[in-house]
Amino acid sequence: MKHIPWIILAIVGAVCLAVLAVSRGEAVNALWIVVAAVSCFLVAYRYYALYIARHVMRLDPTRATPAIYRADGLDYVATDRRVLFGHHFAAIAGAGPLVGPVLAAQMGYLPGTLWIIFGVVLAGAVQDFMVLFISMRRDGKSLGELVRMEMGAVAGTIALAGAFLIMVIILAVLALIVVRALAESPWGMFTVAATIPLALAMGIYTRWIRPGRIGEVSVLGFVGLIAAIVFGQNVAASGVWGPLFTFTPQTLCWILIGYGALASLLPVWLLLAPRDYLSTFLKIGAITALAVGIVVMAPPLRMPALTQFVGGGGPAWSGALFPFLFITIACGAVSGFHALIASGTTPKLIGSETDAPFIGYGAMLMEAFVAIMALVGASILDPGIYFAMNSPAAVLGTDPVSAAHAVTAMGFPVSADLLVQTARDVGEHTIVSRTGGAPTLAVAMAEIFSHVAGGTTMKAFWYHFAILFEALFILTAVDAGTRAGRFMLQDLIGLAVPSFRAGTSWLPGVVATALCVLSWGFFLYQGVTDPLGGVNTLWPVFGISNQMLAAVALMLATTVLFRMKQQRYAWVTVIPTVWLLICTLSAGSLKLLSSDPTVGFLAHAAKFGAAVEAGTVLAPAKSMEQMLAIVFNDRVDAGLCVIFLAVVISLLFFTVRTCMAALREDRPTVNESPVQLVPAE
Amino acid sequence: MRMLRQMLRLMVGQPPYEVYLAHMARVHPDATPMTRVEFFRNREQARFGGAGGGKCC
Repeated sequence: MKHIPWIILAIVGAVCLAVLAVSRGEAVNALWIVVAAVSCFLVAYRYYALYIARHVMRLDPTRATPAIYRADGLDYVATDRRVLFGHHFAAIAGAGPLVGPVLAAQMGYLPGTLWIIFGVVLAGAVQDFMVLFISMRRDGKSLGELVRMEMGAVAGTIALAGAFLIMVIILAVLALIVVRALAESPWGMFTVAATIPLALAMGIYTRWIRPGRIGEVSVLGFVGLIAAIVFGQNVAASGVWGPLFTFTPQTLCWILIGYGALASLLPVWLLLAPRDYLSTFLKIGAITALAVGIVVMAPPLRMPALTQFVGGGGPAWSGALFPFLFITIACGAVSGFHALIASGTTPKLIGSETDAPFIGYGAMLMEAFVAIMALVGASILDPGIYFAMNSPAAVLGTDPVSAAHAVTAMGFPVSADLLVQTARDVGEHTIVSRTGGAPTLAVAMAEIFSHVAGGTTMKAFWYHFAILFEALFILTAVDAGTRAGRFMLQDLIGLAVPSFRAGTSWLPGVVATALCVLSWGFFLYQGVTDPLGGVNTLWPVFGISNQMLAAVALMLATTVLFRMKQQRYAWVTVIPTVWLLICTLSAGSLKLLSSDPTVGFLAHAAKFGAAVEAGTVLAPAKSMEQMLAIVFNDRVDAGLCVIFLAVVISLLFFTVRTCMAALREDRPTVNESPVQLVPAE
Repeated sequence: MRMLRQMLRLMVGQPPYEVYLAHMARVHPDATPMTRVEFFRNREQARFGGAGGGKCC
């Protein structure tokens, strides 16, 4: 009897999916996607997550968690599961689930929707949940330590080095998105720049004036932010101040690199912590508002279910649906980076083992819902506008007339007037070739929010609000990521040179920070100067690396299941592992070896290298120097692909070896912390 | 409402001070616990001072 409501929910989900799958040509309402996703998620949580909890992990409510047996009131605190859900969700949700689906919309809304729904249920949420479980049973240890414990020291070091490289790529691609969103946009630039003095003032307030009053200071900061957005319009219009806040992508790139270095060396209370309050609360608020907005507006989807770019040749990113869709939507469907979060603070805060499905599996479903909203946002825009914003300037030219012409030729009729009008509505000079996903999402959010509040006159405000919201939490991630990367690097180098570890003196900290900033700065600069727009090159590398980390986390989970003697349930992690290995290995080798220069780095390098030999300059390069830079960048990216492939293949070897060894034993061999029972109250 | 406040504070790395006080009173009754402000600064440093400060993409 208790299953009946769930069966009804499952039928509702199936009907919605069927409607989405069979409708062609007629306008489909966005709510079909939302309802399909929500009902699939609820059913998956009720049945699959609880199945994993009961049978695969055998969670035990009488077994004490680290928060109980190590309680210290600081790091280890048994926390109410709803409170912890919020904490965990805020830590995993970032720019990834917003940007990936926007880019994926170039193939139509259907492939992205299906991958997010099935990917999260079978892979992403399983990964987060398993890593949380593994860490929770081992005193809340981090991913690198867990791999070391269960698969050996060599595997642990490889995983740590891989995680550092992924961090570098993530920071570069996030910074690139900010550059693309803020370049040549004085209004956006002013509001984001205003957050720095604002954060400094908030930092001083929480340090000396009213220590610890986060609520107060956040409200003050929020008022400041809104004022900055409103005032930014006058700044942009001013003949004196407007040009002062108008930067080329190159200049912005150097500003960001300098800022990243400075921010990670300043005391945390001065800049990082107050910015963290603003960005976290704004993020949660904006996501909630977006959900409400979509439900209230119930917009029709204007993007077709499938576009002709399914077979490859799309302007936003190159490659065919398989395997590239599955690496373009990384966060939202499955994200390896979450393995670092699920083995971070959350396992130290869980009060009872039985809370783990709600937090590990549930929070990831929530993130997938954010990804669905981003996909809906991109799909309610006129496809003509979408492609005019997301194609590189090399395809579109730079003025609305040439862009309208090029996009119409793709099969998405759009007039130059519409492009000009849309830019004017959102208060920008141009929307042509504003790649990176963030501006597209901001236009969509402006569309949705202005429908609910304010009408057309408020569109420009909402657009800059959305840009600010994205830029703010990306920048916070860049600061915090640079800091975290610095400590990762110190640990890694510390393995060889022990005196390099944190806490010994200030010099290693500065050196590690410089190394970290220079590494992501290199890729950022490469992306910014890339004539194809950069996102084109960097996003796939990011996707491959992120999905490979997910494969590593799932391989760890498989190893643990074998060592628990639970191998008959190992399919739960083996299926997503195999799928991710297929996707990442084929995407990685295509990026490396494909003979199509738009896909393969080496083919691209060979094409430009041959032209250099012949002394000719190929478009979009404008000089011999640029030609040489393109060849060099291609080779670096190819080298990166080789490293990622090597990391994942070597860890696959360790996984198989450890699983075989576990099969030969007749008892469990996992290194769990000893069982301690929950104390009777 | 109290729970929402707690959730928002934990999102930025601040666990409840009362829980810490209760823990200190129960387990280390002779030690002097940190004041509320010291506790706040300790947690702020812990959130960003170490490798655990990473956030997702």
